[in-house]
Amino acid sequence: MSEDDLQQATLELALRLGDDALVLGQRLSEWVSNAPYLEEDIACANVALDFIGRARMYYGYAAELAADGRCEDDFAYLRSEREFHNYLILELPRGDFAFTQVRQLLVDLYNSGFLAQLCRSRDATLAAIAAKAMKETRYHLRRSREWVVRLGDGTEESKRRTQQALEELWGYTHELFEPDTLEQQLAQAGIGVDTRMLKAHWQQELEALAREAGLHLPQNDWAVRGGRTGYHTENLGHLLMELQSIHRAYPGCQW
Amino acid sequence: MSSDYSDRLRRREASPLAALWELLDRVRDPELPVLSIWDLGVLQDVTCGNGSVVVTITPTYSGCPAMEQIRADIERVLRAAGIEALEIRTRLAPAWSSTWLSPQGCARLRQYGVAPPSDGVAAEHGLTPDAGVVCPRCGSAHTLRISAFGSTACKALYRCTHCCEPFDYFKPI
Ligand SMILES: [Zn+2]
Repeated sequence: MSEDDLQQATLELALRLGDDALVLGQRLSEWVSNAPYLEEDIACANVALDFIGRARMYYGYAAELAADGRCEDDFAYLRSEREFHNYLILELPRGDFAFTQVRQLLVDLYNSGFLAQLCRSRDATLAAIAAKAMKETRYHLRRSREWVVRLGDGTEESKRRTQQALEELWGYTHELFEPDTLEQQLAQAGIGVDTRMLKAHWQQELEALAREAGLHLPQNDWAVRGGRTGYHTENLGHLLMELQSIHRAYPGCQW
Repeated sequence: MSSDYSDRLRRREASPLAALWELLDRVRDPELPVLSIWDLGVLQDVTCGNGSVVVTITPTYSGCPAMEQIRADIERVLRAAGIEALEIRTRLAPAWSSTWLSPQGCARLRQYGVAPPSDGVAAEHGLTPDAGVVCPRCGSAHTLRISAFGSTACKALYRCTHCCEPFDYFKPI
């Protein structure tokens, strides 16, 4: 790839990572004033803020690379559903608390492998964002791990719901480990991460955790894909409608 | 005293712009007003080039809303001192660490009722421990973590089983 192509691809990657962080941050923020008790409410808000901050850093970098006058707000508020390239698992409705924590565990575990690699990127900005995010992800992962063990190993009802969440989410995890051409090229160039390499460790960690929690990992008998190409579930449109409503009502508004 | 703090201190002491550093001590963390941005480890450098003052800061947490306020306050303080040309640069690497807090800042936090990072022994990967953070009110180490996520991104919530009060712990990261 030429340097220009690489820069264009890096911009695309920064946007994808920004989309991942923004969409999950928005989903988590829906727990504010809805969580099971006050401390969890605050914890959800804290983690949501970490993801929204992460989205701002990735979008800010994308704006710098685009150098066409667009800023982070243009990426967050002025793109439509098909222009968002986040993984589908992140846009699914928050469900019950077990669903939220199981999704969080699957994603935190993925992020912890992904960010550890992105820290070594030869792109200094991506490496810096990853190093910062990695520290926060350690806290996220400890919490989602503890919750899934507690819920899986808890009452009959909490176990049933946790296992069910795992079944409902499992088919959405496959695309996390299926980099497209752009992501493979960036990995080869030492900028991105080849996510295929992350799967074995991710699966291993999950198996150990499932044993501890008295859960079992589902069969790989179905998969839904499309996030990275902009083919979304119906949920993203609803999420964006809420996320972008103020900016659409008051174009160009700032806090 | 952590080496990260010493590096910052050396930079400050070697700087010819002592008056500006002192001026910036007036900029406080809006959530923890006992800490200046110097104490917090956010203020990295103050330089002067081409007639413009350049302030370099490193954000604490990715989504900390206080950072916007801090930027605005830096600008306000410098403009009030008659500095027209100024630039605030954000430096992401190396990532901010709670070990960058100044020793004075840690003492002031404790007085304020918030346990500084050094009043606990970090768990694996440097995370908040389950127990044993020294209570800033009564000094007991018989304390338990309630949540690693407190009222702001930088704090965890604990309770003391000796004096029975809850308290914040400025968490290690
Ligand atoms: Zn006490």
